Amino acid sequence: MKLRKNLFMLPYLFWLLLFVILPLILIVVQSLIGTDGQLTLANFVSFFTSGTYLSMTVNSFIYALIVTVITLVISYPVAYILTKLKHSQFFLLLIILPTWINVLLKAYAFIGLFSQSGWINQFLGIFGIGPTQLLFTDFAFIFVASYIEIPFMILPIFNSLKTINGEYIHAANDLGATRFQTFTKVIWPLSLDGVKSGIQSIFIPTLSLFMITRLIGGNRVITLGTAIEQHFLTTMNWGMGSTIGVILMIIMIASMKLTNGSK
Amino acid sequence: MATIIEMKNVSKRYDDGFEALTNLNLKIESGKFYSILGPSGSGKTTVLRIIAGFSDITSGALYFDNQNITDMPANQRKVNTVFQDYALFPHLNVFDNIAFGLKLKKRPKEEIKEKVANALEKVRLPQHSDREISELSGGQKQRIAIARAIVNEPKVLLLDESLSALDKKLRKDMQYQLRRLQKDLGITFVFVTHDQEEALALSDEIFIMNEGKIIQNGTATDIYDEPVNRFVAEFIGESNIVDGVMKVDYSVEFVGKTFECADAGMQQNEPVHVVLRPEDLDITLVDEGKLTVTIVSQMFLGNHFEVNAVDEDGNQWLIHATNSVSVGQKVGVYFDPEDIHVMRIGESQVDFHNRIEEYGE
Repeated sequence: MKLRKNLFMLPYLFWLLLFVILPLILIVVQSLIGTDGQLTLANFVSFFTSGTYLSMTVNSFIYALIVTVITLVISYPVAYILTKLKHSQFFLLLIILPTWINVLLKAYAFIGLFSQSGWINQFLGIFGIGPTQLLFTDFAFIFVASYIEIPFMILPIFNSLKTINGEYIHAANDLGATRFQTFTKVIWPLSLDGVKSGIQSIFIPTLSLFMITRLIGGNRVITLGTAIEQHFLTTMNWGMGSTIGVILMIIMIASMKLTNGSK
Repeated sequence: MATIIEMKNVSKRYDDGFEALTNLNLKIESGKFYSILGPSGSGKTTVLRIIAGFSDITSGALYFDNQNITDMPANQRKVNTVFQDYALFPHLNVFDNIAFGLKLKKRPKEEIKEKVANALEKVRLPQHSDREISELSGGQKQRIAIARAIVNEPKVLLLDESLSALDKKLRKDMQYQLRRLQKDLGITFVFVTHDQEEALALSDEIFIMNEGKIIQNGTATDIYDEPVNRFVAEFIGESNIVDGVMKVDYSVEFVGKTFECADAGMQQNEPVHVVLRPEDLDITLVDEGKLTVTIVSQMFLGNHFEVNAVDEDGNQWLIHATNSVSVGQKVGVYFDPEDIHVMRIGESQVDFHNRIEEYGE
């Protein structure tokens, strides 16, 4: 019986080895190989001594933070209202629906909306506000990134709010809490787990976004994700690309520990 | 004593049309232990939630200390609730749970500390202040929930089926503690339960509810000895209920025989229900009994034998006997005229009391 169970695990173990463990090892090894093909720490040294790389790291961090805060501010009230609605599952489906569409397609759709002759500029033109540069701005990047990430913030918050026992709210009322106090002292702390997993599923991927930085940000917004892409595809400096990858992973693990640790 | 809570003609209809309460009138005096007893779906929990303010009413009015509080939100009412599943906040420890209400009222820290310690003392868990809720057993959660409610010094404590999740031994223990606590605090307890033994053991007064109405209210002994109808008789304790005919005052006929009884005030030959409590029936020799029955089965229940017997006409009789009998044996059953309780079919509690007053006992 035990043998049979273990046999069932084999395909996944292979998968894990080939596509998770091995690539990780390769990336770490690659990051330690210099341009001359020798084992060296040069890549890490140049990362931490170069102002460009460090400011890029800080930039990635700030953009990811802004996107995360915006999605949280928008998503929490939405998730809260959703739990009160009669047909919450239907509205939830409407929110999830856009995630079924390819990110690239959505990015191109936004290019159409934001461009000089796009709908938004046409609409502004009605009021005599001449065509403004919307595409390739920080605003456009943050707007589109937030738009794409919002469903991933709403879902975990909705789920954690939904599982709060309604009697807790009655109990808070019973003990004299106003609606606002009930929210700050009972509902918010009990939904924190959902907020945390929402933050994790947005902050971390946003750190390494590169498709949207390229198409919407017009390479004006350069994050660690774009830097990796450039090193692998344009400058062909795989060692440096891997180094940034390793550093990105360390940041991700740290931010995950941070959001889980404060529990 | 002063009336603290009064419900006047309260009806409650839900959006789906279900009528949970119909024209309910109820008066609760301060300083007593009340139970609201009824089967599930009888509306007993609705009554509690209306008093607490979690549920609004469709028509009627609710008074607290002679003040109309029908529209007062729950957080302003001077009542506190012990919830069925305790509803202790899982993100707070025992101290913070109990201190929740006091902190909202912005009481000084020292006062909060003292009052929480006091409340823990009252529920006999003085060492548990720093525990997490997940570390508590069911009985401890129960007592912390009570402490969280009484620390706010409510005039009325509402308890919603609060003991139903506990095992039997713990329940008995909690019943004593509840009773002691109520005497100690001197405040009104309103206890909702479907367990008739619990209600009988705890209460100064019991409201029996069914289908959104109060069927009978009174002290435990009143209700046990004089149930107004078949529903109450069956719900409160075990009974033998047989159809009978009221021949004349103080004389009733059932199972084909006429017996002297203590009831009067009905019409001649009026059909009635006759209640005989199993503990009022005594097993005796066949010649000395008023009925002759054959023993079908018996069960030893620790403090008595529960005997099932059948008479010559095939009526079943439940008897609580102190001594063992043998199955198949023919015995006599004896009871006094006062043990026979005659109920008119469909008589309301008001009519019942008027009739009793007229004829005395």
